[in-house]
Amino acid sequence: MGECPVCAAEIEVADDAMAGELLVCEDCGAELELTSLDPVTLAEAPSAEEDWGQ
Amino acid sequence: MIKVSIVGGSGYTGGDLLRILLFHPRVEIQQVTSERHAGKLVSSVHPNLRKICKHKFVPIAELEPCDVLFLGLPHGQMMNRLGEFESLAETLIDLSADFRLHDDAAYETWYGKNHACPDKLDDFVYGIAELHRERLKTAKRISGAGCNATATILALHPLYQAGVVESAVVEVKAGSSQGGNAVSDGSHHPERSGAVRSYKPTAHRHLGEIQQELGADNIHFSATSIEMVRGILATCHVFLNQNLEEKDIWKLYRGAYGNEPFIRIVKERSGIHRYPEPKILAGSNYCDIGFERDPHSNRLVVISALDNLMKGAAGQAVQAFNIAQGFDETTGLEFPGLHP
Repeated sequence: MGECPVCAAEIEVADDAMAGELLVCEDCGAELELTSLDPVTLAEAPSAEEDWGQ
Repeated sequence: MIKVSIVGGSGYTGGDLLRILLFHPRVEIQQVTSERHAGKLVSSVHPNLRKICKHKFVPIAELEPCDVLFLGLPHGQMMNRLGEFESLAETLIDLSADFRLHDDAAYETWYGKNHACPDKLDDFVYGIAELHRERLKTAKRISGAGCNATATILALHPLYQAGVVESAVVEVKAGSSQGGNAVSDGSHHPERSGAVRSYKPTAHRHLGEIQQELGADNIHFSATSIEMVRGILATCHVFLNQNLEEKDIWKLYRGAYGNEPFIRIVKERSGIHRYPEPKILAGSNYCDIGFERDPHSNRLVVISALDNLMKGAAGQAVQAFNIAQGFDETTGLEFPGLHP
């Protein structure tokens, strides 16, 4: 479980999630990057950068 | 089945009460009153109820005892006939302004006359479920809140509860159905159509109940009529007494409303529906609330939207009724609105 850096909502992270994966906060809609797994950390995904891995 | 009668059922609020309660699985509509339309089919006044409602309007004098009376009379009438209605039903749900304020001096201030039965003011529970759910569970006297007041109170309640407000200025954009179904010079189509009319820049009567429910007098309110039939958009400029981040605001609203069935926090990051708007709420019992923190000042803008005839009147009353009767409070209120 992580915390949304925008709205502080709890973000469920799947057991098989990988660092760098993109998640969306269900409360505020922010697109988040899973920056590390242990501990789980999330960062707001930059919206205008290229080569973002999608 | 709970036997329900509606007093003053020819108005717009009465029409929406019928629209909801005719499909409520635990309610039987017993009678619907109208003095002006007595003897006529209800559907002659509320044409959306054709083939659904077979009732004819009756005068109040022909009302029979029932379980619950919903009262949609013009302001000032209910308080003068309270004893008459109390003898007919165990539970009264009043949608007028007569029993919203708990203090008779406040009533005189905002309505310009003495209250007819000030000793009864405290008998009524203010009908906003999000604030008074526990009291509503045993309530036999319920007063529906004003529509503009509901939009404002729900928008600001989490902030006042947390004690973070220095002052607030609220601007409401209001639809024409707030004015009821009686015609006036102001409702004449050539005058009303296309109008953006400041009809109450100060001293709106709903401010009395807003101050009462938020427990504060550091709040100011203006209302503007716009080109819309149903709906309210309240833009609340809140000046904070401390430095809060958006994340902190999220926590306050999530804490207050996270489990509420009819409150949605609307704050999208993209698209055309980023903040609450009344258009998609027409006919629904939702109140949508959004906010944005001004990065250059201590101002927080909170935006709320609802259908004035639903969450601002009939829907709110049925929600309170459901709670008082021990039903699931969403019963009959599941309609999600229309889009587009």
